[in-house]
Amino acid sequence: MSLLLAFTAAVLFGAGTYLLLQRKLSRLIIGLGLIGHGANVVFVSTSRRGTAPLIGTADPDSFADPLPQALVLTAIVISFGTTALLLALAYRSWLLTHDDEVPDDIDDRDVGRGAIDSEVADAEVINVADTDVIDDEAGRGRAQEASS
Amino acid sequence: MFALLTSYVAAGLVVMLAGRRLGTALAYGVAALPFVATLAWLAVRRRDIATGIDESVGWVGDLGLDLTLRIDGFAALMLLLVAGVGALVVWYSWKYFSTLPPRLLGLLVLFGGSMAGLVVADNLLVVYGCWELTSITSFFLIGDRYRDRHARAAALQALLVTGAGGLAMLAGFLIIGAESGTYQLSVILADPPRGGLMSVALVLVLLGAFTKSAQYPFHSWLPAAMVAPTPVSTYLHSATMVKAGVYLIGRLAPAFAPDVGWWRPVVVGVGVVTMLAGGLRALRQTDLKLLLAMGTISQLGFMVAVLGWGSPLAAVAGGALLLAHGMFKAAAFMVVGILDHQYGTRDLRQLPRPGPGWRPTAVATVVAAASMAGIPLVFGFVAKESAFDALTGEGAGGALALAGVVAGSALTAAYSYRFAAGSLGRSSRPGAARAGPAPVAAFVAPAVLLCAATVLFGVWPAALDGVVDGAARALGPLVEPVHLAVWHGFNLPLLLSAAAIGGGALIAGTTSRRQVREAGKRQAHLPSAEDGYRASLRGLNLVANRVTAVAQPGSLPVYLGVILLTAAVVPGALLLSGRWWPGWPQLVEIPVHVPLAAVLIAMALAAVLVRHRFAGALFLGLTGYAMAGLFIAQGAPDLALTQVAIETLTTVLFVLVLRRLPDRFERRRAPIRRTLRLTLAVVVGVAAFAMTLAVGSLDPVPNIADEMIDDALPEGGGGNVVNVILVDFRALDTLGEITVLVAAAIGTVALARAGRRPAGVPASGDKSERAPPPVRLSRLVTIDVSVRIVFAAVMVGSIWLLFAGHNQPGGGFVGGIVAGAALALRYAQGGLPEVRALSRGRPWLVLGAGLLIAVVTAIVPALAGWPVLDAAAMSLDLPVLGTAKVTSALFFDIGVYLVVIGLAMMVFESFGDDPVVAPPASASASVRRR
Repeated sequence: MSLLLAFTAAVLFGAGTYLLLQRKLSRLIIGLGLIGHGANVVFVSTSRRGTAPLIGTADPDSFADPLPQALVLTAIVISFGTTALLLALAYRSWLLTHDDEVPDDIDDRDVGRGAIDSEVADAEVINVADTDVIDDEAGRGRAQEASS
Repeated sequence: MFALLTSYVAAGLVVMLAGRRLGTALAYGVAALPFVATLAWLAVRRRDIATGIDESVGWVGDLGLDLTLRIDGFAALMLLLVAGVGALVVWYSWKYFSTLPPRLLGLLVLFGGSMAGLVVADNLLVVYGCWELTSITSFFLIGDRYRDRHARAAALQALLVTGAGGLAMLAGFLIIGAESGTYQLSVILADPPRGGLMSVALVLVLLGAFTKSAQYPFHSWLPAAMVAPTPVSTYLHSATMVKAGVYLIGRLAPAFAPDVGWWRPVVVGVGVVTMLAGGLRALRQTDLKLLLAMGTISQLGFMVAVLGWGSPLAAVAGGALLLAHGMFKAAAFMVVGILDHQYGTRDLRQLPRPGPGWRPTAVATVVAAASMAGIPLVFGFVAKESAFDALTGEGAGGALALAGVVAGSALTAAYSYRFAAGSLGRSSRPGAARAGPAPVAAFVAPAVLLCAATVLFGVWPAALDGVVDGAARALGPLVEPVHLAVWHGFNLPLLLSAAAIGGGALIAGTTSRRQVREAGKRQAHLPSAEDGYRASLRGLNLVANRVTAVAQPGSLPVYLGVILLTAAVVPGALLLSGRWWPGWPQLVEIPVHVPLAAVLIAMALAAVLVRHRFAGALFLGLTGYAMAGLFIAQGAPDLALTQVAIETLTTVLFVLVLRRLPDRFERRRAPIRRTLRLTLAVVVGVAAFAMTLAVGSLDPVPNIADEMIDDALPEGGGGNVVNVILVDFRALDTLGEITVLVAAAIGTVALARAGRRPAGVPASGDKSERAPPPVRLSRLVTIDVSVRIVFAAVMVGSIWLLFAGHNQPGGGFVGGIVAGAALALRYAQGGLPEVRALSRGRPWLVLGAGLLIAVVTAIVPALAGWPVLDAAAMSLDLPVLGTAKVTSALFFDIGVYLVVIGLAMMVFESFGDDPVVAPPASASASVRRR
């Protein structure tokens, strides 16, 4: 472990974060890739460095720590899978909107502005006394409680 | 009894799911089955019930959660109501509904089962479970016509009110359980715990009972629930659902009423108020069903008051009242349903005089109303008089309660008259509905049966002595055996009965509905229970909306920012507060790190700064290659191999997708956002820096790595420790990982190949979009040949990596990715058809096969009795080739290999050129121009 590698990891994380906070899916994907690389740098730089852990090729005591390597190998392959999936999202977004921007959810915006407060408040609220018809079969039983 | 309860569930589900297939007759037969079986069971076991039948099935013993049932006299009386009225309601529904409603009928049976479970449960938590089951099933029953917003609102109101009460009740039950050390109801009642907390618990339990039994001020859900089809109303409001609260109060009262000082004033007080208020409101209704609903509230108040009194005689009266009400109220609801069904109205101002053929209905109406009013020689009279008797001679409180219920009974008599007169059309006016056809006999039969029983027991109440005696004895000790009789001699109860009937006649004769209505309007400014319910529902909606507004702003950058900030700040704060600082480590470990780090940093920054999509992707790829260099420097050749192959594939992937997208990112002027982004990036970077230093300064746990290195050859049978970890030591993790890969691959193809636009998205181009020009490839023989040669070589290499991987750098992942890179070559040469031609198996088949092989390898050892994924090894002495060692991990690795190849194939299948999904040149051109 060295300051240099820690700094490298920090830069990868920072750059990735900067890209991740944007709205274009393709930049997001690149940001996610950079953060993945940063994490892998942390893994391999903080664990024991040494010769390749291949038994019979060197003294086992000089081996690099194999466990983080196994973790990182998994991470590399998985990140390929997520990249493919996210690119598919970008592709579909382009098919539908000719852009890969992730816009704000309009409905959520409305909720945030309080625009639909009154609508939401009255959801499923019915004034029974106001309703003329207490009806148990459509078109039948027009009894009125509050009319006379 | 367990078998019986199960039969409700089974019959309910069968009717609900297969009702139409069964046919109408059979479906109703199946629905009636559990009710009839319950009645038969009660008849057979009637002698055992006197001592109580206990059944128990262990469930979660540690939590005191055993499914304990106890059928004693009181439970038997309730079961009689639940099953008896239930069977008749099923019969009635058969004629009421023109077509079989499988969902409603099945739910009715399930509801009956929950109610039966509720009354036989002997464990408080089981009581609670059944209680909520009745709430939920009644929610669906009331909201059966869910397209009607009134039905939905009424169902929701019933669910919210009774559900909230149920939750309060659960809290009460938990306190009782903690106080007494057991949840078994019979044990608790035999020796009721005392103490201040018990009062809290009882208040909570009573809240549950009051909401369920529609006591003031929680009554408003009951009239609203009248939107339900009449058979449902009949069952819910005569024999079940609302009786649950009465039942619970009846159970608890003998144990708590004499000793808990506030019990009688509160419970009996609420009951009397409910009885009076419900009676008054019933008087002003014109809708017969609403009249009955208000009458039900009133009668429930009566039963709560009587059973809540908690004395032995009150238990006798309560049992008789429960039976009487079940019979006459069910019959009355049925009559209203018949009128509604035949005339199309149930407004008492519009109903015509019944014509010929209506005689049975008319008789049933009169008998039900008479029983409701407490006229002698019908069972209602006997029950009412025993209630008056029970409250006589009980001191001042008893006298007050007695005055209340007598006044309430007068109101009851008045609205009963109004019900009968209205139903029979005596007060018919101009504008009455046309006389409808008389109902068929089978439609009226259930109501007539109930009325016949009402009359029979009214004349000969001693027939019910046994049932009521058993119920009363189950609740508390009785001095002498119960003897219900019509004639007790001239005494106070008789006088009071006469007063009630006379008072009722007076009210009915002198006050018009209008006067009652005017009186009601004068109090209209007072906040009503409905207002309270609506206000709380509005408040709940608004709070939910506000919470949503804060928690779900709908902006992806905000979500990600919050996640990243949390990830940076929380560990960062822990680092700041702890004494972890190891001192500055060395600046540079080995010289080769310097150029590698320089490239990494430069490429990462470049990826941020560029404005071209392609360039960004390219810089990301270069970062990856630099990572491969770092891996080699750290002693991880497997990683380096994988990284290089993946980076190649990823670049191809980016190219395939990004060529469709506009090349440049658009510039956006949002400097504040940008500053925020930069700040957050710096915070995350600093946190990552500190984390790296902290983790690096930890002493590594040496044993894990060394153990794995030591065990790799003897146990894993491989020399490449990393590969042994992946396919042997931690193979289960790898299995999970390739499952994720398969899921991602399927998602990719699904997203990319769903070429058709969803409905509502306008097509951006003209018809030429559907038939884009085919991609033309100019093929060169030299390239074709050389690609094929290289492809073959790379594929051989990938297979070698797969097989050698256990001992040398390589393995399934690396081999698969290298094969994927080989596919990329073929794609570049001949496009998607070229890739497809390579394998007759479609990509998803390859993926599935890979996953299947891996899973089978995992399961086989388990089948043989070894741990899952246990590796086996064997040596084969092959001629010529020499000794080959085969381990089962190899098969697992082959599975991994296939999954990764499948993933690569999916990529080309998704994004490769394809006439169906290839976008129109014109559309992409127009985007570029923008």
